[in-house]
Amino acid sequence: MDMKTANKKLSLKDKYKLFTRDLGWEPTYRTKEEVFPYVQYEGIKIHDWDKWEDPFRLTMDSYWKYQAEKERKFYAIIDAHAQNNGHLHITDARYLSALKVFLQAISPGEYAAHKGFARVGREFPGVGTQVACQMQAIDEIRHAQTQIHALSNYNKFYNGFHGFAEHRDRIWYTSVARSFFDDAMAAGPFEFMIAIGFSFEYVLTNLLFVPFMSGAAYNGDMATVTFGFSAQSDEARHMTLGLECIKFMLEQDPDNLPIVQAWIDKWFWRGIRVLSLVSTMMDYMLPKRVMSWREAWNIYGIENGSALFKDLARYGIRAPKGWDHAEEAIDHMSHQLMLGLYQWKFGTSFHVWIPSDEDMDWLSKKYPTTFDKYYRPRWEHIKKHEAATGAPFNNFGLPKLCQCCQLPTLFTEPGDPTLICHRESVYQGERYHFCSDGCKDIFDNEPEKYIQAWLPMPGLMQDPLNGDLAGWMDWVFLKNGEDNGDYATSQDKHNFELWRSMASSNQ
Amino acid sequence: MQIDLRTVSIQPLRNTFDHLVRRFGDKPASRYQEGSYDIQAAENLHYRPTWDPEQELYDTSITKIVMQDWYALKDPRQFYYSTYTLARARQQDSMEANFSFVESRGLTDLLPADLRQIALDLLVPLRHAAWGANQNNTFICGYGYGTTFTQPCIYHAMDNLGIAQYLSRLGLLLGGTEALDAGKAAWLDGEAWQPLRRYVEDCLALRDPFELFVAQNVALDGLLYPLVYERIVDEHLAGRGGSSVAMLTQFMTDWFDETRKWVDAVLKVAAGESEHNRAQLQEWINAWKCRAASAVLPVVEQVFGAEADDLVSEQVAAFKARIEKTGIAL
Amino acid sequence: MSTVFIALQANEETRPIIEAIELDNPQAVVNREPAMVKINAPGRLVIRKDTIEEQLGRSYDLQELQINLITLSGNVDEDEDTLTLTWNE
Repeated sequence: MDMKTANKKLSLKDKYKLFTRDLGWEPTYRTKEEVFPYVQYEGIKIHDWDKWEDPFRLTMDSYWKYQAEKERKFYAIIDAHAQNNGHLHITDARYLSALKVFLQAISPGEYAAHKGFARVGREFPGVGTQVACQMQAIDEIRHAQTQIHALSNYNKFYNGFHGFAEHRDRIWYTSVARSFFDDAMAAGPFEFMIAIGFSFEYVLTNLLFVPFMSGAAYNGDMATVTFGFSAQSDEARHMTLGLECIKFMLEQDPDNLPIVQAWIDKWFWRGIRVLSLVSTMMDYMLPKRVMSWREAWNIYGIENGSALFKDLARYGIRAPKGWDHAEEAIDHMSHQLMLGLYQWKFGTSFHVWIPSDEDMDWLSKKYPTTFDKYYRPRWEHIKKHEAATGAPFNNFGLPKLCQCCQLPTLFTEPGDPTLICHRESVYQGERYHFCSDGCKDIFDNEPEKYIQAWLPMPGLMQDPLNGDLAGWMDWVFLKNGEDNGDYATSQDKHNFELWRSMASSNQ
Repeated sequence: MQIDLRTVSIQPLRNTFDHLVRRFGDKPASRYQEGSYDIQAAENLHYRPTWDPEQELYDTSITKIVMQDWYALKDPRQFYYSTYTLARARQQDSMEANFSFVESRGLTDLLPADLRQIALDLLVPLRHAAWGANQNNTFICGYGYGTTFTQPCIYHAMDNLGIAQYLSRLGLLLGGTEALDAGKAAWLDGEAWQPLRRYVEDCLALRDPFELFVAQNVALDGLLYPLVYERIVDEHLAGRGGSSVAMLTQFMTDWFDETRKWVDAVLKVAAGESEHNRAQLQEWINAWKCRAASAVLPVVEQVFGAEADDLVSEQVAAFKARIEKTGIAL
Repeated sequence: MSTVFIALQANEETRPIIEAIELDNPQAVVNREPAMVKINAPGRLVIRKDTIEEQLGRSYDLQELQINLITLSGNVDEDEDTLTLTWNE
């Protein structure tokens, strides 16, 4: 009987310790190098894995229990959404462009994170770290699957969703997110943790999910609200893991500081470039907008990021190198990218449109120092051009892509929003192009990695396509006239309005 | 305007995603199909891993097994995250009921001292073996190719961790933290456990995900689970008044019964693919099965002494019969 | 002082939790947004099991928070009785 009383005295922390890190042991039949071969080469020094602090102490029994509860709620809602034509509840079908970009570019990233966390969940020698990473690995496949399942019903009724798997590997703009995750997975375990666990999850994920899901709520999309918030509930664990991991690295050895700082600089900038896609969703693609990209940045970037970096200052960490540049670029990036997407809309598997007068007024209110001065005139110019020619404004010239972030080089110089920023590096006799100092720095640090990047645009000009646009569309599974082009003339718009009118009349 | 959208009957434009139409025809897809097929990046991978520039980020050539289509290795349970999690949550509910039944009725106090000692000596060190299995399945998930093959491995890995935690709980209940310490000491230094620990550590040094699948999930688990949980706990201990121990390991018995159908299905499809695969699997299974049998023998001897040899041989014969049904002659 | 925050889904289950957080953190500011409630606090926020249990009228495991949690910010320290968010400055 006294044993049972002894058990009762175990605290959550002690019990968790026994149930996780006490499971591990130092191998003696095999060397540590054989069992954990990748943990040395990045130069991070860890002296005592036991100093790792477990962020949330979930044992498998609680994991199954709470996750099952989340899953039951989630599938109940998306089943109802499908059965009740929930897709007709959205504000209008313009909203779907945001979902299409999400499924084509972000959900594959969830899957990549799943694989990456399974790898580091095996490669780190500390049991506490391994278990936390493994839980994230299984969570991330959950996110990929719940997103596909939530958006599957939209695919049945609207264009642009059907080829997401092919788009992931072949279409040009998804390469921005794909190269980001490939980059992280090609890195060592510690850099992967800083890239995904810290920079993406802690610094940037709130900017992706929270405003985006609030946007879904504003626009009547319960399926997306549900997968978004349900995924976020795991994200709170993941963010905490990222933060614990960086603190752990910094506490273990002072030599780790410069390595970690360089990774933070790199991955912050990589992340900002991926989020430029999100900025267009928030400022342009939501028919009913919840907050501007700038406002989201103020809350989740500046307020939260500053608190975080102030907290980490005790280890000698400073804010990421590109921070000031990003802060300035926030007022420009969504407009610059959206103007680009509008010109290349023949090659996107989602619709774009010229903002209405009302939308432009909203944008000038949200961007008082930049929109009227630089971007309204460009939209007006496109409008006039279309009115004069009677044809959509397309730019069939291929944009030059940044060798690092893979976005077209369309962003402007710091300090001069009228001048396109362009940087170059020569490596082994080849010339490489970049959209910014941030991207050039990343390349110059590891040129042998970034020269391998697959750039989707040159592929169109090379064998076997040789510039055949229709052939390229077939190859990327883009249906011309259905998936791409202006929303105003799209089948999605036509069908959505027809189905809505059926619901409100007796026809 | 509140409108009743349920009354609208509209024809969908399409049944499912393009890649699923290619695989399964133009019809609505199941959630397992949507969540499993072709969701791993397949083309135009950007960079080679800095941790091993010889490899691709997703690389079919890191194993000796060759598949034309890795997605052919389907999970017969069709587990995706949701169905997996709901299944385990239900099992966890019944395990919770079992633990509280045993605890609240003081059943462990009624356990004869010799049986309690057998349970502790046998089961508590196995939580470390389960932790090894967790790492191995995490590895297969991380480096294996194709979601239908790899996603069950992360579920399996989490199950292995769950099992390690059920065994820890059992140890605490029967013997307090001292029992866990003693179990770890036995795992590290006890003579009976060294062949098994060597086996697990050798697995941790394997980098071919399919060979690791064979060594851990086919060979070791294929002998260890039936011997420990069926023959020793469910038959030997339960037959002598130790059925409370069997209640605390019910998850393991059910789990082995469920998961071996998946393991067999993987073997059957991989072996059926080519003579090359069949020969490779045969070689691996033969080699790892022999090692696994000699690794579990001293563990079983702790309970059965001289009879252990026969018991293990019987189990090896049963294992052989099971594997031969998958088309691999041993 | 830096702001810590926690955001929970807005639903019937979280209503008493939010009330408990307000009781324990008089300096906290509760923002109600569509489908989400975000609670900000200067420097530190404490969530107490006892207070939630008083609001709920039943026993509560702090890990149940996971089900309705959307996001948080700050260093996390969790034990059986409390979950604390802090920034060090």
